[in-house]
Amino acid sequence: MLIKNEYKLIKKNKVFYTIPVANESASHDGSLYSRPFDESFEETPMLVAVLTYMGYGILTIFGYLRDFLRHWKIERCHIAREREEQKDFVPLYQDFENFYTRNLYMRIRDSWNRPICSFAQISTPLSPLVSSLSLSLSFRYTGRVVTDVINLGSYNYLGFAENVGPCADAAADITVKYGVGVASTRQEMGNLDRHEEMEKLVARFLGVESAMAFGMGFATNSMNIPALTGKGCLILSDELNHASLVLGARLSGSTIRVFKHNNMQSLEKLLRDAIVHGQPRTHRPWKKILILVEGIYSMEGSIVRLPEVIALKKRYGAYLYLDEAHSIGALGPRGRGVVDHFGLDPCDVDVMMGTFTKSFGAAGGYIAGKEELIKFLRSQSHSAVYATSMSPPVVEQIITSMKCIMGEDGTTIGLERVQQLAENTVYFRRRLREMGFIIYGNNDSPVVPMMLYMPAKIGAFGREMLKRNIGVVVVGFPATPIIESRARFCISAAHTKHMLDRALSVISEVGDLLQLKYSRHRMQRSVGQPFDDNVYEDIDD
Amino acid sequence: MVYFCTLGPKQSWSCINWAPAYHLILEGILILWIIRLLFSKTYKLQETYKLTEKEKEDLIEEWQPEPLVPPVSKDQPFLNYDIVTGPPSHKITINGKECINFASFNFLGLLDNERVKHKALASLKKYGVGTCGPRGFYGTFDVHLELESRLAKFMKTEEAIIYSYGFATIASAIPAYSKRGDIVFVDEAACFSIQKGLQASRSFIKYFKHNDMEDLERLLMEQEQEDQKNPRKARVTRRFIVVEGLYINTADVCPLPELVKLKYKYKVRIFLEESMSFGVLGEHGRGVTEHFGVNIDDIDLISANMENAVASIGGFCCGRSFVIDHQRLSGQGYCFSASLPPMLAAAAIEALNIMEEDPGIFTVLREKCRLVYEELQGIPGLKLRGEQFAPALHLQLERSFGSRDTDLKMLRSIVDYCLLVLPNPNLFLPIPSQSCSCCLSRPVLFTPFTTYTKLKALLH
Repeated sequence: MLIKNEYKLIKKNKVFYTIPVANESASHDGSLYSRPFDESFEETPMLVAVLTYMGYGILTIFGYLRDFLRHWKIERCHIAREREEQKDFVPLYQDFENFYTRNLYMRIRDSWNRPICSFAQISTPLSPLVSSLSLSLSFRYTGRVVTDVINLGSYNYLGFAENVGPCADAAADITVKYGVGVASTRQEMGNLDRHEEMEKLVARFLGVESAMAFGMGFATNSMNIPALTGKGCLILSDELNHASLVLGARLSGSTIRVFKHNNMQSLEKLLRDAIVHGQPRTHRPWKKILILVEGIYSMEGSIVRLPEVIALKKRYGAYLYLDEAHSIGALGPRGRGVVDHFGLDPCDVDVMMGTFTKSFGAAGGYIAGKEELIKFLRSQSHSAVYATSMSPPVVEQIITSMKCIMGEDGTTIGLERVQQLAENTVYFRRRLREMGFIIYGNNDSPVVPMMLYMPAKIGAFGREMLKRNIGVVVVGFPATPIIESRARFCISAAHTKHMLDRALSVISEVGDLLQLKYSRHRMQRSVGQPFDDNVYEDIDD
Repeated sequence: MVYFCTLGPKQSWSCINWAPAYHLILEGILILWIIRLLFSKTYKLQETYKLTEKEKEDLIEEWQPEPLVPPVSKDQPFLNYDIVTGPPSHKITINGKECINFASFNFLGLLDNERVKHKALASLKKYGVGTCGPRGFYGTFDVHLELESRLAKFMKTEEAIIYSYGFATIASAIPAYSKRGDIVFVDEAACFSIQKGLQASRSFIKYFKHNDMEDLERLLMEQEQEDQKNPRKARVTRRFIVVEGLYINTADVCPLPELVKLKYKYKVRIFLEESMSFGVLGEHGRGVTEHFGVNIDDIDLISANMENAVASIGGFCCGRSFVIDHQRLSGQGYCFSASLPPMLAAAAIEALNIMEEDPGIFTVLREKCRLVYEELQGIPGLKLRGEQFAPALHLQLERSFGSRDTDLKMLRSIVDYCLLVLPNPNLFLPIPSQSCSCCLSRPVLFTPFTTYTKLKALLH
């Protein structure tokens, strides 16, 4: 087995830590990791788990009770109903499919879909949705605007979602010159010269031969994975992959096998079994094996173990598809993503995919890799033939922001933002740990999930934070396992230390109010320590 | 042997004499056979084998994967795109040459409309370009909400929902309602995004011949007979018909009134895809429902993309709240993808304003469609396919030149002739459709503001 002693999984006081072994001799034996890889997923405290299950149990009982009352017309039903003429049609929705939506989601519906009245920057005016009656199922917009809300929920890692600055000016110029729409597909009239320039720039940014861009990140995955694999191929996909990767894998028609999240032994075992035993039942050899992983997993905050995945891929002859939706621009000393973060060679990854929505403040996705791959996709991809190409101002925003990050516009703004993001991330995570919250994920990832567990706290946390002018994102079932609901913070380079401090004090306040400080490992407060993202802290026992 | 045992021994021996001989011989053979079976060796049907570690390592060394992508030949037709410099409006510069644009879906000519650009700029100054999040997580802007309510009001439905990509609209809407075990009746000439949506939904798909209502009725009757055999299953199996208003692949219209009749007769729901007909058909541009005068509530879901007539990016679905609200939690392209950039939404709102203010442009468009249709008839060697009022038409080769490749080359040479040789040419681009077996040249499209040239003279 290849992956034996490269890292050690230890359990210390009910917390799982993964640390590379033989760190001292890292330079001698050429360990795969050039920097420490700290990931922790603290186990749920027993009492909290029991209370959470009880909470869901009570909600379910009440849900059945309310359904019963609604069925017998004792309670008025506010949700939309089927037309009178179509009452004898087969019902469009099964009752049990919507049980969760009707009874749990609807109660705290105002935690999501909050409309924004300005750009998705650090402080946004929001007009929240408040329920007119506490037990009512109807929500309406109050029309009230809350200003100066610190935005910890948007994926604005490098702060390019702004309405002033060189990016916005360039986009404005292009709008005047080219207009907004394209009205044609890439293969026909939609291939503007700006598209070609953008693709060359993306290839240069990533350090690969060639790249191709598409209008939507979700569609990039779901339309290109079917072009790469088909029947007779095997896809090994991580447990917690995004819906677009799962849909793309399903649409391709290949066999899909799932390995445990970020677990390299599980992946290796699957690879060995696949090659040795071949296809199920016929035992013919597989045509291709494709490993699907993401750079940063947005619900866990964990980073893929890329050095080990690449070692496995080379040993067993599989192909690697890396989805860098969240990590491009956000990780790495130069902002080139997870490959840069680990200091690896971009040519080792066969297919690099990413999106422009998060760090570049635009929209769309790209696939980059070798010249043959991109030539194949240009002629065979469904998106190029049937879908409209990207809008010119969006393309311009990508070009300008990428040039800024690369430093080609003559300033160092890009590099400063990348460093600021790294500092902010380390600081924020450290402070939250010190306060006693349970934080999941890697120390370097700007996505910070903070555990809430109980269903009532999901709604309460979102509302309390908004009252104090902080906008956060809360996630529950079905995006996460049922007892592990969480609040997810997305750090941005545009957050100043002052904003982070304010946010942290508010989080602490709300955490005390709602009893959210579950962690059993409070770290020592380190006062006056300078920012240094190479330092990793010791954990108290 | 039963009577043999019930008798006493003395009597039984005497029975042997009068028992038939064949009977005794048979039983003797049986006894011998049983003795043989008892003493023969047993064998297992399934051999379980275990590979040694060394054998596994050898297998792993030997296995050679196929290359990730097959090699692409240099003269693959769609490898090199034509590069457009400058704005893609009705005069377009392709590969350095200026042409009149007959190939973009710019039906109302709104791509370079000043008002639309102005509104987009204002939105850019306020919101920036991207939204940095999906609709559920601070990606909903007030522009999106405004666009949704305007679209719902324009189409006279209760609610509308917008997507950030036109292709993903119907491809996310169908799997949100139709799951494994449901039945969908689709027209053969349905466009590619519908096919992808159907593939993602894992339902039973039944194709009926293009625009053939009798074929559809036959399929529906067969399904009804199946249902009578198994009424319990039929009570939970949902049924849908998916059709397009104006088909991209054949440029003709679906017979909507007959479809509505079939809907109520056989209790199926209708999903209508109106990408080509939104902003084109109907007195006010509301699409094929207005064109035929059908009540919009009879259609369960109307889906369209805003990339053709509205000249923005994205798509929308509209219908009754009961139907549309479900997509806010189960439409994959809505929940798991970033929202539409606000400047594109603002451009769409302004385009809607223009469409509402001046319904005369639809009449102008129809008139020009009719003119081109008449002129394109009777070109030797090419057959015109499409309705008279369709803004996108197909010119097919009347007879094939052998194989698909030669036909493609022929069509491409026609395009190049138009593009390179003529002083002020029109532009065609052949794209082989994946679902049709014959070669189609890409639709002849135009905007109402283009100057119209005599195509007959240009095409030999």
